[in-house]
Amino acid sequence: MTETNRPKIRAQHVEVHYGDARALHGIDLDIHAHEVTSLIGPSGCGKSTFLRCINRMNDVIDGCRVNGAMFIDNEDIYGDHMDVVELRARVGMVFQKPNPFPKSIYDNVAYGPRIHGLAQNKDALDNMVETSLKRAGLWQEVRDRLHESGSSLSGGQQQRLCIARAIAVNPDVVLMDEPCSALDPIATAVIEELIEEIRSEYTIVIVTHSMQQAARVSQKTAYFHLGNIVEVGDTDQIFTKPGNKQTEAYITGRIG
Amino acid sequence: MKSGHIVASFDDDLSELNQMLAQLGGLAETQFANAIDALERRDNRNIDAIVQGDKQLDELEYELNERALEIIALRSPVAADLRRVVVTLKVASILERIGDYAKNMAKRSRVIIEHENSKSENVSVARMAALVQQMLNQVLDAYASNDSDLAMDVWDRDTEVDRMHTSLFREMLARMSENPEQVSASSHLLFIAKNIERIGDHTTGIAEQIFFLANGQFPDDERPKADKSSVSGLDQI
Repeated sequence: MTETNRPKIRAQHVEVHYGDARALHGIDLDIHAHEVTSLIGPSGCGKSTFLRCINRMNDVIDGCRVNGAMFIDNEDIYGDHMDVVELRARVGMVFQKPNPFPKSIYDNVAYGPRIHGLAQNKDALDNMVETSLKRAGLWQEVRDRLHESGSSLSGGQQQRLCIARAIAVNPDVVLMDEPCSALDPIATAVIEELIEEIRSEYTIVIVTHSMQQAARVSQKTAYFHLGNIVEVGDTDQIFTKPGNKQTEAYITGRIG
Repeated sequence: MKSGHIVASFDDDLSELNQMLAQLGGLAETQFANAIDALERRDNRNIDAIVQGDKQLDELEYELNERALEIIALRSPVAADLRRVVVTLKVASILERIGDYAKNMAKRSRVIIEHENSKSENVSVARMAALVQQMLNQVLDAYASNDSDLAMDVWDRDTEVDRMHTSLFREMLARMSENPEQVSASSHLLFIAKNIERIGDHTTGIAEQIFFLANGQFPDDERPKADKSSVSGLDQI
């Protein structure tokens, strides 16, 4: 396999158990760089569970066991020598509800670079905060109020702040778990536009309940059902001519 | 898709669209049949009604367009649902076109009826018209029953129409050169034959849409063509 088409992330037979319940039944999935991959499927199908495997967020859940292998750049992140803190700097995450820290806008973004020691001095840190806020499309709106509380922003702005915070540590991969479900249509459109703008620099995986959002923002779509991947393919293919009857039933809003 | 949509009113919208298309298909068929009938029987009493009847087709197509746009805007259909809506739009516009041909045939029939010196027997026009009528009927059945095999059967049969049209064209040229006084009526008859041949082409267009609806892609093979009238001259008779 050549350098260019080697997947950024490769899941090999990833199985997840919560106690005795099996949430994922051996997922195999390749995710490529500079593309947005959306994970769709009904509630409880395992798409969020799978997303959380990519930065080992499941480690913190009691009774959760992960089997199989998850490679990022050919390195198994469930391997013995993986530093999970370092992993989460490489794999950022944005959640459903905007969750800014109860700190200033500036400190929210500076938080990651500070704990990872990325900035040599104040100027460098200022620079990182500005760059991240610009990439997240928030700079113009907050440049004069950087020391106000992050929670003083609107929901859409807060979510862009969380994206700025996630990309401040210069991750390779950005995971998004329903990033727009708490936002109005305009704020959603702004985030979707942002995703399109930044995808050339990151590998983005997004879980969404909105089929239209998956269709709009992603290049690849994987349809999950009952802990399995039913179909994965180019998004335009999935939404115009899905290969699988179950996928078709789901995306057209029919009972499978 | 056998099972129904979770939002039942979406299914209602789609079946309403289907019903409108069926109605449009029925109208186009009737217009075509009436035009042929008027010509065959050299009876011009019905011609105004045919010309007027085309307006009904136009209006129904317009209504169907509005309805389809509404469904796209409000329901955001995807996959087979989206194909259904888009195919309905395209088939509706083809049927509207078929209606236009029927109207044109009726108008030309009037000239023929009024100016024909002696009725020239045109068995081949009648035969060709009967075949195309059958194809139109069958392709509309195929649409109603989502039967892409039946549609492809229609698609194949258009070659026969093309052949008939080519030989009819040559026959008419010969007749005109022998009977110059019939040139006026015969020219109109030639155009009528061409209209029928075009309706045949349009039925294959509908057949392709039915295939696309069922399979998500268009039929592979280039449709065989046997209409040589556009390259036929008097020297080839």
